[in-house]
Amino acid sequence: MDKFLAMGGYAVYVWPAYAAFFVVFAADLIATAARRRRVLKELRARIARQSARRSP
Amino acid sequence: MNAHSSPTLWNRLVLWYHQMGSPPYFYAFAGRWRPWFIAATLITAVIGLYGGLLLAPADYQQGDAYRIIFIHVPCAWMSLFTYAFMAGCGLVGLVWRVKLAEILAMESAPIGAAFTFVTLVTGSLWGKPMWGAWWTWDARLTSELVLLFLYLGVIGLYHAFEDTRQGARAAAFLALIGVVNLPIVHYSVVWWNTLHQGTTVRLFGPSRITWSMLWPLLTMALSTHLYLGWSLLGRARVALLELEGGKDWARAIALKDAPHG
Repeated sequence: MDKFLAMGGYAVYVWPAYAAFFVVFAADLIATAARRRRVLKELRARIARQSARRSP
Repeated sequence: MNAHSSPTLWNRLVLWYHQMGSPPYFYAFAGRWRPWFIAATLITAVIGLYGGLLLAPADYQQGDAYRIIFIHVPCAWMSLFTYAFMAGCGLVGLVWRVKLAEILAMESAPIGAAFTFVTLVTGSLWGKPMWGAWWTWDARLTSELVLLFLYLGVIGLYHAFEDTRQGARAAAFLALIGVVNLPIVHYSVVWWNTLHQGTTVRLFGPSRITWSMLWPLLTMALSTHLYLGWSLLGRARVALLELEGGKDWARAIALKDAPHG
């Protein structure tokens, strides 16, 4: 396991590269999930406003 | 020939094209397919990374540092593939004014930018131990950096407009002009004397890489393609809800997905 993590002495280059790979795509997915929640929330608020106006 | 026979393949294709262009239809379609893309991306990534990090032998020249290849090269391929996809959708959007094509073009831009960014970062981390430099202005690196700026330009132009569809058309136009950079990135290692190494994996002719290293690389390439599907379907669904917020189908989804309480 230590040998694997050491990457033949190149651990300081190999692991940050893999970390960047995972962090960037995780951020992409998290950003989309957050945007979806925001869009749905705004849409519900809009519907609530409109139905309040129609039935006072 | 009987004129009233069952629909031909062409009829079915036309029908499919029109159905796909319909936002509620595509929203549902993307929702059905997305879980399969998620599962396939994760499975192929686990297999590819296991093969690349544990099974493949160390390189005789580069030792274990070469293992960055299993993410660097697939992301580099995807940076070009996603750009071509974006420009293709942009063209369909510009010519036929298909709303969905505009959405797919604009939503693939951030994913392409992510692939390009990861390519540059992992390349830098690979270049330092091998070349002794984090960065060099060689043709391959510079043209890939230009690719990142093109993606950022497309994203920026899209958001600069008040009207989403007008912004999408302007950005699609920029994306189409930027297509000239794709062959420059691809052939940079051939046309110029670059520090970056030449092509290792070739579609035609023998690849200059052993099978135990090649199959994890190709598996990761498949995985990154599938990731584009995963991310793009999710993004397109949100963009459709955003754009079609006034329509009944979007409202029905907003109310159905309402959190309890």
